[in-house]
Amino acid sequence: MLDTTDRTLPNQPGIGFKSQHFQDLLDDPGPVAWLEIHAENYMGDGGRPLAQLRELSAHFPISVHGVGLSIGGERQLDPDHLARLKYLCDWLSPASFSEHLAWSTHDTGYLNDLLPLPYDKVSLSRVAGHIAQVQDTLGRQMLLENPSSYLSFDTSTMTETEFLSELTTRTGCGLLLDVNNVFISATNLETEPQAYIDAFPTDAVGEIHLGGHDEEDQGSSRLLIDSHAKSVADPVWDLLAYTLSQTGPAPLLVEWDTDVPPFPVLRDEAARAQLALAG
Amino acid sequence: MTPFTAALLRPDASPPDDISKATRNRFDIYRNNVAVSLTGALEAAFPTVRTLVGDEFFKAMAGIFLRGHLPQDPRLALYGGELPAFLDSFPPAKDLPYLPDIARLEQALRESYHAADARPIQPARLTDLTEDELLGTCLVLAPASRTIRSNWPIHGIYKAQTDKSLRPKMRAETVLITRSKYDPVMTVVDPANVGLLEAIADQQTLGASLSSHPGADLTSVLGLLLGQGTIIDLHRKANP
Repeated sequence: MLDTTDRTLPNQPGIGFKSQHFQDLLDDPGPVAWLEIHAENYMGDGGRPLAQLRELSAHFPISVHGVGLSIGGERQLDPDHLARLKYLCDWLSPASFSEHLAWSTHDTGYLNDLLPLPYDKVSLSRVAGHIAQVQDTLGRQMLLENPSSYLSFDTSTMTETEFLSELTTRTGCGLLLDVNNVFISATNLETEPQAYIDAFPTDAVGEIHLGGHDEEDQGSSRLLIDSHAKSVADPVWDLLAYTLSQTGPAPLLVEWDTDVPPFPVLRDEAARAQLALAG
Repeated sequence: MTPFTAALLRPDASPPDDISKATRNRFDIYRNNVAVSLTGALEAAFPTVRTLVGDEFFKAMAGIFLRGHLPQDPRLALYGGELPAFLDSFPPAKDLPYLPDIARLEQALRESYHAADARPIQPARLTDLTEDELLGTCLVLAPASRTIRSNWPIHGIYKAQTDKSLRPKMRAETVLITRSKYDPVMTVVDPANVGLLEAIADQQTLGASLSSHPGADLTSVLGLLLGQGTIIDLHRKANP
């Protein structure tokens, strides 16, 4: 175990850590007050990734964000993967652990995408069981992130916000509210993003995500893709301001995972996030 | 296989029935994400293979590979371990017979990068031994060390992809990979010493290793391993 100090994420900007920004973050992080890592990238046995993480954790609160647990999967959680997550969390003592309302393995190999599930009673019971198992194993509350959606299911019997609310009630988990995902889903499924925020159980929000998206020309309908490959779009900043007026200040992460820019670009995004938090 | 998974992996399949009619045409986004993200993981993992075959070939090859070899868990840092064997029997690549060994080399470099840290022994622990003691000793090499044997000049081909002034010589090359701190280092092993090195890496005693490879130079191999800091422990074995 690296540090037994009980740390929480501050209501300040954070960024997704990329190894090329390691030295920049130690030299002059600017407004970046905490870091998020993708758990699966730190499951090797040693070498530079773990050494960097060890050093960063002495300077920043760390949020461990899983992308591969397949909490929405139609089978038991992979016990080996859950054990790896526990090992990482026990070693690092991170300020937060979060995962996605999605699946990436139902019955075959790992598909490396956050795939959608119908919102019905069967899914609810299965996902609630998985969340309880994660929280029991890790010995901590987890945050569950709302997905970005491109399609919907005829078999859904409740809205996403109803589904998430029920999960928090049943399991005591917190929620990671990804405002970019809200905007993407609302655009793609032709719903109102502000209405989603109004219906969201904001008391459970432990972290907010921001990220960039791409727009594809689909003729009559708009299609947004959750690419994390560019700066946060202006309407998403607007939706963030509305969200913060409902939630109050929260740890606020800027994600940028593809075509990652030099650190000063991310520092500027973090500065804009800091302004948004200041209202 | 669930209908959703089956449809994801087969480009010609219809989307699952329970997707709302108005959004059925969006199913391709998920199908595309799966193929593009796993192809991207392979591109990052095997940059030299990609340079050798070209981007278009690599993408097509990756698309075939990934459908038969999905990752078995979410740790993509080592995804692609089955690619070298896949390339061994991939007819479109038969004109590049060294390609599978280049893939083996790149996979070994990634394994080395992510392997456990280990401290090298003090050289005196080895050099202070009497000859009898030395020959009865087995070496434990660092978890980050690997030996890749090839009938092709894999090191020369690998290096030539980033330094176009280099011309690989046609010869068999065996590469020892070591890691002093965080970055793997490659050393071409003298062909006369390859068998000896492999026996040592296999934790046979130095005496047994040498008697099965009498033409090899033990001093030179020990010097290489000590110099690279890749010996992390010694064990004495009782004389047989």
